[in-house]
This record gives sequence, C-alpha cells and structure tokens, in this order.
Amino acid sequence: MRQGVGLPAMMAYFIKRLVQCIPLLLLVSLLSFGLIKLVPGDPAVVMGGTNATAAEIAVIRSNLGLDRPLHVQILSFYGNLAQGDLGRSLMLGQPVKDAILERLPATAWMALYSMVLTLLVGLAIGVLAALYHNTWIDQGAMTVALLGVSVPNFWLGLVLILVFSVHLGWLPTGGYVEPSTDLLGWLRSATLPAVSLALLQIGLLARITRSAMLEVLRQDYIRTARAKGLSELAVIGKHAMANVAIPVVTVVGLIFSVLLSGSIIVETVFSVPGMGALLGNAILRRDYPMIQGGLLFVATALMLLNILVDVAYAWFDPRVRVGGGH
Amino acid sequence: MPGSIRGCAWVGGTDVARPSGIGVVRRSLALGTFRRLLRHRAFVIGAVLLGAMVLMALLAPWLGTGDPNKMAVRMRFQPPSMDHLLGTDNLGRSMLSRVVFGAQLSLMIGLWVVLLNAVFGVLLGALAGYFSRLDGPLMRLADALMAFPSVLLAIGIAAALGPSTSTVVIALAVVYIPRTARILRASVLVVRELDYVQSARVAGASHWHILFRHILPNSMSPLIVQLSFVFAYAVLSEAVLGFLGLGAPPTQPSWGILIAEGRGYIREAWWLTFMPGAAIAVTVLGVNLLGDGLRDVLDPRLKIEQG
Repeated sequence: MRQGVGLPAMMAYFIKRLVQCIPLLLLVSLLSFGLIKLVPGDPAVVMGGTNATAAEIAVIRSNLGLDRPLHVQILSFYGNLAQGDLGRSLMLGQPVKDAILERLPATAWMALYSMVLTLLVGLAIGVLAALYHNTWIDQGAMTVALLGVSVPNFWLGLVLILVFSVHLGWLPTGGYVEPSTDLLGWLRSATLPAVSLALLQIGLLARITRSAMLEVLRQDYIRTARAKGLSELAVIGKHAMANVAIPVVTVVGLIFSVLLSGSIIVETVFSVPGMGALLGNAILRRDYPMIQGGLLFVATALMLLNILVDVAYAWFDPRVRVGGGH
Repeated sequence: MPGSIRGCAWVGGTDVARPSGIGVVRRSLALGTFRRLLRHRAFVIGAVLLGAMVLMALLAPWLGTGDPNKMAVRMRFQPPSMDHLLGTDNLGRSMLSRVVFGAQLSLMIGLWVVLLNAVFGVLLGALAGYFSRLDGPLMRLADALMAFPSVLLAIGIAAALGPSTSTVVIALAVVYIPRTARILRASVLVVRELDYVQSARVAGASHWHILFRHILPNSMSPLIVQLSFVFAYAVLSEAVLGFLGLGAPPTQPSWGILIAEGRGYIREAWWLTFMPGAAIAVTVLGVNLLGDGLRDVLDPRLKIEQG
C-alpha cells in the first residue's frame, strides 16, 4: 500500500489551490460579464426579437441593467454573484441558478457514465496497444483511437440513433429517465449519448495511455519485477499501472472539459433535458443572462474539478507533493 | 538518412564562413525533413486524404457535379446510386455537389482560424515568452480564456456576435489563440536562454531583431504541429457551430449546416446526415495523421498530451 500522505497536508494543499484560483475566477467572471458587450448594437433589441415594441425593449434593458453606467453594472454583477445570484433567464422567466441546478443531474449522470466508459475502454485500448506494440493489435487499437478523435461527436450520435434506434430498435432515440426512479430505463436512454460523448475522449486517453505504458515498460524496475518471476498480470496490473496512472490522471481534467463542451450538442441531438441542451436553447433564443450564467457556472465547476484532479495527482505522485515545485 | 548526412558533410566543408552557406544548410535540412516526412506512412496517408479534400474544394466548379442549389423536386430523396453518387436531398438537390461545395466553406474557415492563430498566437506567445514583464498578464488572460471548455466558449462568442461565417472564424480563433500562444511561449522561453541568443544580445542586436531572426525561426516546430491540430479542431468545431445554427446562412452550406439540414429526415434519408459527416471525418482524420507525422519528424519530444 501507498504510504500515508497525511490528510492535513492534503487539505492544506487543497485550500492553497482554492485560494490560488480566486484571481483566475475573477477574470473568468469578468469575461462572462463582458460577453454581452460583444453583441453588435443594442443587446436589448437583439433579445427582444423583431416584433418587440419600444416599451418591451425598454423593460428588457432595465431588467438587464443595461441603462445604468458600466461601473454600476459591473459592481451589481459582482454584488449579485457574491450572493449566488446569476441573474434571471429571459426565456424561462426563472433565476438562472435554479434553471441550471434543475438540469444539472441529467448532465452530471451522463458525464459520469461517459467518464466511466472512457476510463474503461480508453485504458484498455491503450494498455493493449502498448503490450502488443507494433503488432496488428497495436495498429488496430490506434486506428480506432485516431478515428475517435476525428469523428464529430454529434454526427456519431446521429449515426448511432440511425443504427440502434431506427433500424435495430434496441435503444430509445433520446429522452431522459431519472436514474433514481428507473435505473434500467436511465441506462437505456443514456447509453447512446454517453457513447457518442465518450468516443473522442477514448481516442485521446488511449493514445496517452499507450505512450505512457510504452515509456514505463522500458524502465528497469519492470525488468526486475519480471526477472524475480512475478506473473505478467502482477507486473502490468500492479507495477506498471501505478506509473501509468500519473499521466492519465493529468488528462482527466481535460477530458471533463471536452465532456462538458460535448454535452451541449449531444444533449441537443438526443433531447436530454440537461444543462447542455439548456445552454443550446439559450443560445438560439439569445438569452444572454442564461448564456453568461451557464458559461460562468461551467468554467467554475471545471476549475474546481481541476483542483480536485491536481490533489489526486499529488496523492498519486509523491514528487509533486504539497509545497513541491508546482 | 541522406538529408542529414549531406548537412553534416557540408559543415565539415571548407567555406564555413561564407554567409550564403547558412541558406544552404537550412535548405538541405528542410530537404532532409521533407524526405523523412515522405517516409512517414501516417503523414503520407494524411497528406493524401487532406490533399484530396483540398483539391475537391478548389476544383468544385469544374468537377461536373452541378449546381449545389439546383432543385429537382421529382428527384427528391434519391438514395445513393450510380446516377446520384451521394443521393439527393428533400428538394432534389445533389448531395455530392452540396458536399463538394461545402468543402470550400468548411476548409476555408479552418484555414482562416489557422492563419489568425499563426499571426496572433505567435505574436502574443513571442511577446509573453520574450518580455517577462508581459508574461504574467498575457498568460493570466490565456488561463482565463482556457478555463472555459473550448467549444462552449466558441459557442458563447458566436452567439453574442450573431450568426455569420466571420463570427465562426473569430469565435474559433479566440478559443485557440491562447493555446497556440502558450505553446510558442514555452519554446521561446527555452530558446531565449540559449548561448547564441545571449551573444546576439551582447552584440547589441535589437529586441525585434533577436526575436524575429534568432528566436522565432528556432521555435517553429512545435508551432507547426500545433497549427495542424488547430486546423483539425477548427473543422470539427465549425461543424458544431453550423449544426447549432450559428454558422453561415444556409444558401452556402458548410458541412455542419448540411448535417443540421439532414437531421430532420434521418429516418427517410440517412445519407443526408451521413455524407457530410463522413466528409468531416475524412478531412479531420487526414489532418490528424498529417499532424502526427509532423510531430514525430519535427519534434519528437512533443507527445499527444497537448489539448
């Protein structure tokens, strides 16, 4: 077993990373705030649509606070943010925060499912390719991985719908079932979206795992382990994987980022009522408070996830441990 | 490797001091690199795939596929056959022609994103890497932009700017420029400390001279590799933006828009969705193979870790 790192030290590292990301968070929120300033002309007119009367536009403008001076807008944006208020969605007429939290579970479950698929299949393909280096297994695995990073995920989703829903009728074309009420139903409805989300990351992870594994297999300690008569399973499963895990953990953050990016379009394709579809609709309807709030929420969530990944990284690799040269 | 052997032989030659000789070394090095690329199987396959797509886009009007917008209502929903290689759509338009002409827009958008990345990514990366005072602010800004998932940020920017082709280009450029700048900065940081740069500085060369004549030419390898992947991401992301209705107006459809158009008829006519997506996949696969080859030959230290 790994020797203890000391929970207090890990907590201190975690808190240090949290504090370090505050300036970044401020900048990220400022960028989200600034998004509405990119809108050419008057955002209130754009949001009102073509049929809006002058009075309706004025209402939108004052709701968004666009009639106030810029510094007041910024101050009130941060004031609201400090209270956890991300503004009000125009299309839903409900607070942005509530809209996001309502739809978060569907996205989170799907992301988790996709992550599990990615780790299982990506690691397996990468390890197999490395173990059978320069054989047809290696080439086949790397072809699959390369295809994975080359195919548009929403298109793959449509093709999967075509094959497994329309022709074979095995799985539903979309929708969402609460996993807490009907686990099997959820699994059926979430499988196609999760697979189409996962393929890109599977490709990414398989390629990284393969090169990490090849690197590790060259090390002396692996030869030693083999020489002392350990079974191949023990050599690979215990000794090699422990060091392959390190580069893999570092890309988990990247994978989450790609997952969240992908959810917006995959949820649209499979009509999953998640956060991605919410943002997709907000974009089509020019619901700027929703877009800003959603972007800020996702960026913050990703930052937190990345910190967690770094903490896990420090846990796995004593060299980057607490206070080390990070 | 004949290329590098020739390079060595020349260095051992007599006219080392002649300034024009430097050009010769560079040319023979370039030739050697080129030869090694031609021996890299993935690079060659990628180059052929991408080359076919680029040729198709360039020669679209002369390929005899016809007008992509010509409707023939009696020919609606024809499945792929010898008469209609990729089938016809809901208005009887030839999908082959639409995919061929769609290549123009999709590849053009990718190319523009790469060009903007080459200009601004290099400029910002070089400034950040060379002038340490600019490093902090520029890289913090890059961090903030990179905190958003890439496609999501592009969608946000495109949504704010309103749907158009230039919107897509700007949105994708803004998303990938920080990533390109970061990579260039990293190699500038290394090259900056090398002896010959230090001597140029001691010799009194100006900052711009050092940056453009001494540092940038030696920081190019990772940049070229990165730009090839930017092209792949741009073609993929353009499809996403087009699919979501944030791209060009449908009169000149890109591949992403074609997929979006076909989606409504997926039960009746699978080829409407399948063909443009397959075109994207072939293009991106080509670019990825090409990029892998470039990485192996130009910069073996760079592994696939970069996102």
